[in-house]
Amino acid sequence: MEDRPFSDISYHHFLNEERIMGSKCKKCGALFLPPRSICVECYGNEMEWVEMSGKGKLVAFTCIAVGPPFMTKEGYDRRHPYCNGVVEFEKGVRVVARIEGIDSSKPENIKIGTPLTATFLHRTEADNLNTYLAFRPLGDP
Amino acid sequence: MVSSRQKRRKLLREVAIIGAGMSKFGIFRDKNSKDLFAEAFNETLSSVDKGIDPNDIDAIYIGNFSNDFFVHQGHWGPIISDLIGHVPKPATRIEGACASSGVAFREGVFAIASGFYDIVLVSGIEEMSKRTTEEVTEGLATGGFPEELRHGFTFPGLYATRATAYFEKYGVTWEDLMNVTIKSHSNARFNPKAQFNMSIRDIMNMRIERAKEKGESVPIWSDEKEFLRDPAVNPMIAWPMHLFDCCPVSDGASSILLVAVEIAKSFTDEPLYVIGIGQGSSTSLNGSRDLTSLEGVKYAAGEAYEMSGLNPKDVQFAEVHDCFSIAEIIAIEDLGFCWPGEGYKATKEGLTQLDGAKPINTSGGLKCKGHPVGATGVAQLYEVWKQLRGEAGQRQIPNPNLRIGAAHNVGGHGGTCTFTILERR
Repeated sequence: MEDRPFSDISYHHFLNEERIMGSKCKKCGALFLPPRSICVECYGNEMEWVEMSGKGKLVAFTCIAVGPPFMTKEGYDRRHPYCNGVVEFEKGVRVVARIEGIDSSKPENIKIGTPLTATFLHRTEADNLNTYLAFRPLGDP
Repeated sequence: MVSSRQKRRKLLREVAIIGAGMSKFGIFRDKNSKDLFAEAFNETLSSVDKGIDPNDIDAIYIGNFSNDFFVHQGHWGPIISDLIGHVPKPATRIEGACASSGVAFREGVFAIASGFYDIVLVSGIEEMSKRTTEEVTEGLATGGFPEELRHGFTFPGLYATRATAYFEKYGVTWEDLMNVTIKSHSNARFNPKAQFNMSIRDIMNMRIERAKEKGESVPIWSDEKEFLRDPAVNPMIAWPMHLFDCCPVSDGASSILLVAVEIAKSFTDEPLYVIGIGQGSSTSLNGSRDLTSLEGVKYAAGEAYEMSGLNPKDVQFAEVHDCFSIAEIIAIEDLGFCWPGEGYKATKEGLTQLDGAKPINTSGGLKCKGHPVGATGVAQLYEVWKQLRGEAGQRQIPNPNLRIGAAHNVGGHGGTCTFTILERR
């Protein structure tokens, strides 16, 4: 793990392994998710890996009824919208992710601040495994 | 991050505008980017009061986001250069997503301010309607950050996410945003170049008439807001953005002529002066600590205000980048026209109407005028040009002392931001 570069590609490889990994600046302690190789706080360039717990809360969201072709292929359309959001981890860092386990056709019922737990959507696309980060409400079966 | 070494911005010599033009915006199956550009170019030349020889144009800058994607043709510099007989002189295409021509304008200003050129044509083009809605959705989403695109965020979705954060922070609802839409349509009614030059009331009446003609049941809406609440006419695109919160898919072109200040009066007795010009950038959705504001806009505005020595109160009217209703609310706050969290109230109270204290988007904005993304920045400046010269016809701001106007152009959901202040002396 230590050998992996602090990059988007490593972030995606970790997601394939169902791990949410960020980088932490060894000099100033700033935390980045997805990982950065350059610290934009102090310009330190020595990082270490930090694993997120997978527990977070919903900061903002949308329910998308008109998506790009790759989402319509998954079966989403005007009658079946999908929810995307910004999720904040306990350590204060944020990610964008899909939000599952809620009724995307009733967005007025979705509450900002809802506690969430991470889940991983594995898709095989052009012979590659791609994993999308998703969250569902905490305690949801 | 902003360094403490930043100095006050200034141009090495002043730059003036002597002409401007734009094509009609809309969906044109029978016109391509070249045809639209020709429309804008012809109007630009004929708008120069004392005339100009096109052979005197030293260089052209063209804002274009993604005709590569939309019509599978890149490298628009030489195409436009060839179209207007500008070859072998330089033509540069500039990309900053939906702020492409706002950025191109700034580069044109710098080219003259540096002393290198005296006469520059700045323009913008985009031809979006030849693709399906889903494809255009995907193409526009490439103006976001990679993780956003990867997870299926669309452009309406990105701004919609900011809207839910705004709602949560200030206790606002979708209903409050309808005031932006109603105002934009009201202004666009008087803009013959607008894609939708109808008020919401006009659209309601048109739908009623159409239902009567077809012998269908006639819809009844008590007012504009009830019409906008009707999912049959205003479906959800990306909650809380509905169809009427979103700018349309458009084709169009725009252009503007810049000259060095010392030769401006040989082209017109009424040039406009570029007195403030700023540009900034913003981080991604997950990188933003505050989703209800665009840091790049604040930075761009700060540069422009500082350069001009003006403050937000001095700007008498502005075209702002209302790609979505929420974007206009956030824009008027970030530009300092009202306090954070007050933009929706100011809109409701009529501040931003044509006859309000600070008219915003007298053209109808991106929502109604149309948003051929690469053409928008210069088209906004075209509206400021029209207003400051008193040539805006029925949508002319009812203020005989109009002197300072501005344009705010945003690419992505804040990734690239420009703010430009123009003056009539």
